[in-house]
Amino acid sequence: MLAKIRSDFWFEFLSSPVTVVSAAIIVVLVLACTFAPLVAPHTPFDPATISILDNNMPPAWVSGADGRFLLGTDMQGRDVLSAMLYGGRISLMVGLGAVALSTLIGMAVGLATGYFGGVTDAVLMRIAEIQFAFPPILIALLFNGVLKTTLPADLFARAAVPIMILAIGLAGWVQFARIVRASVLVQRSQDYVAACQAIGLPTIIIILRHITPNVLGPVLVLAMLQIAVAIVTEATLSFLGLGTPLTAPSLGALIQAGSQFLFSGIWWVVIFPGAMLLIMVVAFNLVADWVRDYLNPRLR
Amino acid sequence: MYFLVTRLVQASIVMLGVALVGFLVFQFIGDPVLALVGQETTIEDREALRERLGLNDPLLVQYARFVGNALQGDFGISYSFNRDVSEMIAERLPATIELVLLSGVLALALAIPAGIYTGIRRKGGLAQTIMALSVIGVSIPSFLLGILLILVFSVWLNWLPSFGRGDVGTFLGIRSSLFTLDGLSHALMPAAVLCLFQLGVILRLIRAEMLEVLRTDYIRFAWARGLPGRRVYMHHALKNTLVPVVTAIGLQLSSLFAFSIITEKVFQWPGMGSLLLHAIGQSDIPLLAAYLIFVGLVFTLSNLVVDAIYVAIDPRIRHGGR
Amino acid sequence: MTGPLLEIEGLRITFPHRFGDFTAVQDFDMRVERGEIVGLIGESGAGKSTIGNAVMGLLAQPGRVSEGRIALDGQDLTRLAPGALARLRGRRIGMIFQDPMTSLNPLLTIGDQLSESIAVLQAVPATQARRMAVERLAGVGIPEPEMRMRQYPHEFSGGMRQRVVIALALAGDPDLLIADEPTTALDVSVQKQVLDLIRAICVDRSLGVILVTHDMGVIAETADRVYVLRHGKRVETGPTPAVLGRPKADYTRQLIGAIPRMDKRETRFSDPVRRVGEIDRWLLQGQSSEATGDYLSTTPLTMDFANPRSGFWGRRSVFRAVDVSGLSIRRGEVLGLVGESGSGKSTLGRILIGLQKPSTGSITYADHGALAAIRSAPARKAFRRDVQVVFQDPYSALNGRMRVDRILAEPIRYHGLASGKEVGRLIGALLERVGLPPESGRKYPHQFSGGQRQRICIARALSLRPRFLLCDEPTSALDVSIQADMLALLMELKRSLGLTMLFVSHDLAVVRQVSDRVAVMRQGRIVESQAAEMVFEAPQTDYTRMLLETAPRVEGLHALEGTLTERTPV
Repeated sequence: MLAKIRSDFWFEFLSSPVTVVSAAIIVVLVLACTFAPLVAPHTPFDPATISILDNNMPPAWVSGADGRFLLGTDMQGRDVLSAMLYGGRISLMVGLGAVALSTLIGMAVGLATGYFGGVTDAVLMRIAEIQFAFPPILIALLFNGVLKTTLPADLFARAAVPIMILAIGLAGWVQFARIVRASVLVQRSQDYVAACQAIGLPTIIIILRHITPNVLGPVLVLAMLQIAVAIVTEATLSFLGLGTPLTAPSLGALIQAGSQFLFSGIWWVVIFPGAMLLIMVVAFNLVADWVRDYLNPRLR
Repeated sequence: MYFLVTRLVQASIVMLGVALVGFLVFQFIGDPVLALVGQETTIEDREALRERLGLNDPLLVQYARFVGNALQGDFGISYSFNRDVSEMIAERLPATIELVLLSGVLALALAIPAGIYTGIRRKGGLAQTIMALSVIGVSIPSFLLGILLILVFSVWLNWLPSFGRGDVGTFLGIRSSLFTLDGLSHALMPAAVLCLFQLGVILRLIRAEMLEVLRTDYIRFAWARGLPGRRVYMHHALKNTLVPVVTAIGLQLSSLFAFSIITEKVFQWPGMGSLLLHAIGQSDIPLLAAYLIFVGLVFTLSNLVVDAIYVAIDPRIRHGGR
Repeated sequence: MTGPLLEIEGLRITFPHRFGDFTAVQDFDMRVERGEIVGLIGESGAGKSTIGNAVMGLLAQPGRVSEGRIALDGQDLTRLAPGALARLRGRRIGMIFQDPMTSLNPLLTIGDQLSESIAVLQAVPATQARRMAVERLAGVGIPEPEMRMRQYPHEFSGGMRQRVVIALALAGDPDLLIADEPTTALDVSVQKQVLDLIRAICVDRSLGVILVTHDMGVIAETADRVYVLRHGKRVETGPTPAVLGRPKADYTRQLIGAIPRMDKRETRFSDPVRRVGEIDRWLLQGQSSEATGDYLSTTPLTMDFANPRSGFWGRRSVFRAVDVSGLSIRRGEVLGLVGESGSGKSTLGRILIGLQKPSTGSITYADHGALAAIRSAPARKAFRRDVQVVFQDPYSALNGRMRVDRILAEPIRYHGLASGKEVGRLIGALLERVGLPPESGRKYPHQFSGGQRQRICIARALSLRPRFLLCDEPTSALDVSIQADMLALLMELKRSLGLTMLFVSHDLAVVRQVSDRVAVMRQGRIVESQAAEMVFEAPQTDYTRMLLETAPRVEGLHALEGTLTERTPV
């Protein structure tokens, strides 16, 4: 009845211009950030190539600007556009890495608890319930805060990206576990699972080959929403000084650094990285919304 | 009733768990002795101090003492301020609470009508506009919004103060900065920042729930029974929408506390959040542990309140499960 | 007030779609008088519910009436403004839906909902509305209405809820009542009471009733006149006895002919063995045993379920779903297991084939020994090959993400019954054996109809060359014309392959057609068990007698048996 032919996907996709634009923005941003070393006009964090004399240049279209720096420079003479591309790379890396980690843990826990039930279920879901009462951003913040107070400063700075992935990933698994568990419970009561058992298939095959593909839809939607959340969380932690170091700043750290100079009228060091962050997050959210509606047409 | 009692027991266990985490942080992260003594203290002196602080007792005893002290509101002495931790929290708490309350009330007052409206008239122009704005609302990082507001209203327009808490006034025996004009002008931007994200989340939640409920058979039957639209929407649909929404709003209250950390940092608001960030910056372990337990308490209590409301709304739970 | 109460002329209902409009109903004429029950019957997708919704002005989006008129006392409803139409709902036209479990708002008491309707529709003050509500509840046969007023829907049984729904639909004293499958979700014994209530109300209030249903039995017992629908078009109409007794249209004849009879065992389900083709030789491989006697037998069995919501530390309240004193199935026989919903018949079936573990008791298979003692992997596999199952819902019984050939290849490969290219050939032959084109394997389950899916499920069960087949309500989710084909297929396979079968169903007529022996279940217990013919001709318990009496009867319709032409498969 809900026959989904492949052409349906493209039809629905193309008839939503907002989604097409958002998807295009994501593709462009991901490509530009991934290949930042090739795309960026300058290498902003190499002391050899920057000159303090270029500092605080406004964007190219403002009077007194230098044509070499399209979006201006910061107080150390670094090119804002290049810093944004490098920073976006870190933001995306953390966002994708953290969500991959959350998905992995959440799927494993959700599949196990949903299929087997019993004591495993009771214990794991109780833990999940307790963690769910705490906002993920606070957990990541405390996790990072505690590590920052214990680890030596240089180690914390060098391992900033993996630590962030770990902090945000561990903070976010509960939602995946809950959604997967709920879907598994639905699937498990379907007769095709009983048919598999009647055939005598081993449990692991039933879970991986039969149930997993049927729970991927909601996981996909949640993952896309969570990428947006993870990017915001990373930016926020960096803004609070608990994230990436200023020698390799993410978008959040760039905004934090720039915000110190807000009252001197140097607005571009905040506005441009902020706009890029916002566009990135909005685009992920819009595409996720569309995918959810597509997979669940009765909500339309 | 039975349901609530189980919940209460569960909540106590959660609190013991949170206290355990707080205790472990307290115990194993950073050496409290090192933090209290200077470089020149001898090893014997340190050992004596260790003994006096009870750090050589079995872990379980120390944990019991930690919980016992915490129950009496004693979280030890802050390393960096050299003051009683609970005293400091009591001092900072009102500032955070007024921020959280103001933005929470604002968010609910706007989100509930907007969510219902967009759920009912989902194809309308206004509804579509509200939904588009809500995407930006849930997407924009609150620190970025805060900075932008400061840039526009403080730097460019110079209308509102960009940092700190304003004058405190007294009304009905309650002291709050919300009772003075100066205080309100200071609170306006932080509260708006804190409100916007919650507004977006709650609005979208109510709308989604509303759409779900409007599809149900009992709503179709309500139409078929000839009830007027107002009754169908406001009586039948709304009440059923509220059941899941109340749970979510309970969670949102805890996230208000979490996000107040960021807002307080941006606007240098002297509340619990800036205290926490200070504690992290200074490796002030007792302060960190106390904050953890305090926040755990707030969240557990709000969940309990949610459960109680749940029982009040849904007769199926009242009657011991379906 | 001379003309008919409701008159529909040239009705056409379309649902716009990007590949062109879908016409759900076309050229439909219908008339309803006061004080009569008009049946609207058809199989799924016939458009019968759509007509009911159109009269109410509650068509699902984006459907609309594109042609024709719906006149209530001469007033064309299709021309009314939405507001004016809304004012007719409840006051002139009432409607009841299929599922009484979901028709009532779970968070409001019955009293609140009923007095709300009365207060709004009759424009009376709240206290008077409450008083009237109590009377209305008593009027639809709800005992202790005062006390019931303060209860919530979840405290009512299905039949009682449907009574409340009827009271609600009649709160505004409408002239026309549309009942959309009002008894489909109810057990047979309750079904009859609700139909009797509708009948009585229709007569007492001289109410026009449109009864939408797929069930010939319901029509035969309740409707004065009937309209037969197919693909959105009227096939035939007339007084019920005439249409059901002397159907003019082939389709009506097919529909009636497809209904299994309860008064006797029919010959059409016992055709001789069809053929022994290559696939049958494969299916019969390894079945050398000529043994007789019990295929399986059990000690007394119980199955308890803990109530899921009884809290974390709380005492678990226990619900005993199955409590039987023992059961055996002889080699080569079909044991029918009948009971109403919640009687534990499906659970018992699943316990017998080892899909669920009983709380106490054990099951012994003659060929495999005690179920609980099957431990080693080869023994487990051998057992699984022999004992297979066909479920009720062919939609949930197939994994929608897998292509049909993969679904069928998986058991064959896992059990090593064939390998390489042979698997593909076998799949084609199996599909053909169950009546599907051999190339169907290249499609996904959603590309098949319900009946075709059930055939795929049967093919999957056969792919392991089983000797025992559990059929768990295999026809209940299917349209009646397909039901008959499915029964015929199952019975033919049973005879050709010499299968032993446990046939679980709530439908007495179906059970009579297939079973050698019948066991009747009630509240987890087997209350009666004897040869099939004896159960139907000489029931031993009051419960069985009650079931037989309340089941809707279409026997009268079979008077024309001789005139029934050969059916073409649907």
